[in-house]
Amino acid sequence: MNALAPVPEILWTDVGAVTDIPRQGARRAPTPQGVIAIFRTGDNEVFALYDRCPHKQGPLSQGIVHGRTVACPLHNWIIDLATGEPTGADAGKGCAHTVPVEVRDGRIRLGLVAG
Amino acid sequence: MTEKLVIIGNGMAGCRLIEEILKRDPARYAITVFGAEPRVNYNRIMLSPVLAGEKTFADIVINDEAWYRDNGITLHAGRPVIAIDTAARTVSAEGGLEVAYDRLILATGSDPVRLPLPGADLKGVVTFRDIDDVDAMLAAAREPDAQAVVIGGGLLGLEAAYGLARRGMKATVVHLMDVLMERQLDEAAGYLLTEALKARGVETVLGAQSEAILGTDGEVSGLQLKDGRVLPCNLLVMAVGIRPNAALARAAELAVGRGVVVDDQMRTCDPAVFAIGECAEHRGIAYGLVAPIWDMCRTLADVLSAGPDAAYQGSMLSTRLKVSGVDVFSAGQFSGGDGCEDLVFRDAGRGVYKRLVLKDGRLAGAVMFGDAADGNWYFDLMRTGAPVDEIRETLIFGQAITEGLRGVDPNAAVAAMADSAEICGCNGVCKGQITAAIVDLHLTNLDSVRAVTKASASCGSCTPLVEQVLALTLGDAFKAETGPRSVCKCTAHGHGLVRRRIVEDELKSIPQVMQALEWKTPDGCPSCRPALNYYLLCAWPGEYRDDKQSRFVNERVHANIQKNGTYSVVPRMWGGLTTPNELRAIADVADEFAIPTVKVTGGQRIDLLGVKKDDLPAVWSRLNAAGMVSGHAYGKALRTVKTCVGTDWCRFGTQDSTGLGVRIEKFMWGAWTPAKVKMGVSGCPRNCAEATCKDVGVICVDSGYEIQIGGAAGLEIRGTEALTKVATEAQAIETIVAVVQLYREEGFYLERIYKWMARVGLETIKARVADDPAERRALYDRFALAQRSARIDPWAQRVAGRDQDEFNPISRRLEFAPA
Repeated sequence: MNALAPVPEILWTDVGAVTDIPRQGARRAPTPQGVIAIFRTGDNEVFALYDRCPHKQGPLSQGIVHGRTVACPLHNWIIDLATGEPTGADAGKGCAHTVPVEVRDGRIRLGLVAG
Repeated sequence: MTEKLVIIGNGMAGCRLIEEILKRDPARYAITVFGAEPRVNYNRIMLSPVLAGEKTFADIVINDEAWYRDNGITLHAGRPVIAIDTAARTVSAEGGLEVAYDRLILATGSDPVRLPLPGADLKGVVTFRDIDDVDAMLAAAREPDAQAVVIGGGLLGLEAAYGLARRGMKATVVHLMDVLMERQLDEAAGYLLTEALKARGVETVLGAQSEAILGTDGEVSGLQLKDGRVLPCNLLVMAVGIRPNAALARAAELAVGRGVVVDDQMRTCDPAVFAIGECAEHRGIAYGLVAPIWDMCRTLADVLSAGPDAAYQGSMLSTRLKVSGVDVFSAGQFSGGDGCEDLVFRDAGRGVYKRLVLKDGRLAGAVMFGDAADGNWYFDLMRTGAPVDEIRETLIFGQAITEGLRGVDPNAAVAAMADSAEICGCNGVCKGQITAAIVDLHLTNLDSVRAVTKASASCGSCTPLVEQVLALTLGDAFKAETGPRSVCKCTAHGHGLVRRRIVEDELKSIPQVMQALEWKTPDGCPSCRPALNYYLLCAWPGEYRDDKQSRFVNERVHANIQKNGTYSVVPRMWGGLTTPNELRAIADVADEFAIPTVKVTGGQRIDLLGVKKDDLPAVWSRLNAAGMVSGHAYGKALRTVKTCVGTDWCRFGTQDSTGLGVRIEKFMWGAWTPAKVKMGVSGCPRNCAEATCKDVGVICVDSGYEIQIGGAAGLEIRGTEALTKVATEAQAIETIVAVVQLYREEGFYLERIYKWMARVGLETIKARVADDPAERRALYDRFALAQRSARIDPWAQRVAGRDQDEFNPISRRLEFAPA
């Protein structure tokens, strides 16, 4: 038995095209561990977070995307899309978990491990 | 003995390298150049001005034949190399020519990508890469009624389209993404670029996927898009990107990825062979711009002469669009990274938009439109990584101002201004006038200065300066305090000014408003975007295209989000009336979708709570089938009209209050308003419909209808106040519609009617709605016009397929754990 746990191999899984997400919007990708929210900003950047606000688990995918943040639809916490952290007055109060995401040739790929 | 240096490629990289080598060690090498094109070396990036007729081919020749001769360079133009033998160190060219080398340089550049569309081989389908392409385009432009379609809204595609438009063609750019040059520009700059190109005769079709190229008799006749649209053309230019030309290297079994793989000394896996320019791949990047080519050439020239350890570190990129009169510059990461901060400057009058991205106290990116004079200065700040904290306040204004004001106290700068110096450009007010007004009239605040002198009363961008003049003149007596509260932190302007400017300047989209009113953020925030969306919708009914990404979730998905992320659904029950059939349909839908809670609302309707988002369209379809439509319980919109049973049943009823409520609701439903609007109609003063705590309430009496406004029963408890009394039901409806329309046109976003009334005064509203029949009628007519495009059931539209993506996940269920 190897004493070290094997480093899980990241599988990049294609979930769709950047253009499948509205600019300044988000789409959802369901997984057994919960829904992943995939965001596309006005600058065409793509981010992925678990779809749960650190405050009261609001679905971040449903919020208004502005700059590189999203406003949670339940209580308007402003979450940084790159870090998952609340900004402004709510900074430091928990964190929405980020999911590895990359864009290649206009396609979005999420980083997942075989589970 | 001289060494034999052979260069494959007579383009910008190959020739620049020769120049750099000659500068360093002119005697070391015997140089031979192979070029595939049968001509001397020219500046490929200047093909756009040649196409546009702003330059000739002679203007863009870099090295003429004399240069090759004088420097002892052997040029084989029009002799493409067909093979490299790395073991024998020879290259063979077409026509049986074989040349030996000691060092070989690959500078083969790149090939334009040709989309594999049906019809791509038709005559009239070209790319935009060399002077032959330009000649083909010019030939097409000379035909009568010539039309061109350019696929690709990047740098090259736009320059091609502009050049063709200059040559008299009708030119249309088709772009897959929804912003032009999306890698270099943000949405705000992309919008300005689209407008500027339109003014220069170039149309754009964004978010468009090409499906097939159509032709007749072997010649191109149009481009068909995936959505079925056909754009007719007799010239089709593909400008969708480039691919490194690495075929020779691959055949010679050199390492090739996207391009020929090189190390920091530009060396391929064979130590005698190097690659530079667009054919090379360095640290995983194959560049497609000219600046990296120059950097690579300098490094390789060092390596090939006295500096074998010189290393190329990769290049930071900047982009400038070469379209006359359209100044566009982009560099670095405008979409930033963690901890980035935006500085935004807009000058609506000059059509300028500038955005700088700061990261860790340094400049990380810049996007500029309309005035890119400081582009190189910003680019230098980025490349050198100079700290900018100390100059951040003036950074956005450019180099001259920043360096002029370095270390100068802004107040001192204002104090040093001459009395004749202009402060307010809009109204031509100079400093002396403001100072005199403050002293002579004992003015103490910004508002009074605005009222008396008009300084900062128009666009407002000189407000800080006027405040500084106030502070200097009054000393300690000045308390900073500004006029109306701004919409949000993205702008200094208040709601009133924003609404007025939208109408007066005919602003018709959110990016247009943000530019014209000089927004301080690139794309607004959750406070201003929904407000602007409403103001535009109200100002341009039937014309403005609703921006659903600027709506709060409830209005975007037409249901109310609940604490667990499910939604509630409230169908409309006109005037609170329902039928056994409607109730059965509600019961059935609750069963079918296992809706956990069914509740009667305070507005005489039924609420279905706990519906999953993905189920919404199906739930709506069942309700639609029973004749029910959206109740807009989720919107800043007309909610319910609560009624009592009136003369139909009640022994005290004086009028048909139920019927009036139904008629009001059927006429007014679907209208968006600044904040929610609840109504009530009571059939007698006993007021069973609780009309006197609604936004608009009607109390029926024997002699007619008392119309009341400004009630509230939420955070605030407030009884209505009487607006007017009318004799007939038709007059009652006209008055109610008119007062709601006035509120729609002049209310501030999220301002309920009672707050609006407190701000403008009940007397003003009375004068316009109750006492002025002409204005009342005009308001009524405007509402009726807007209703033509508003009285449409949003549920039925979505059942029919609109915004389908909103209700579906992007992917199937992923059976993996996120890493």
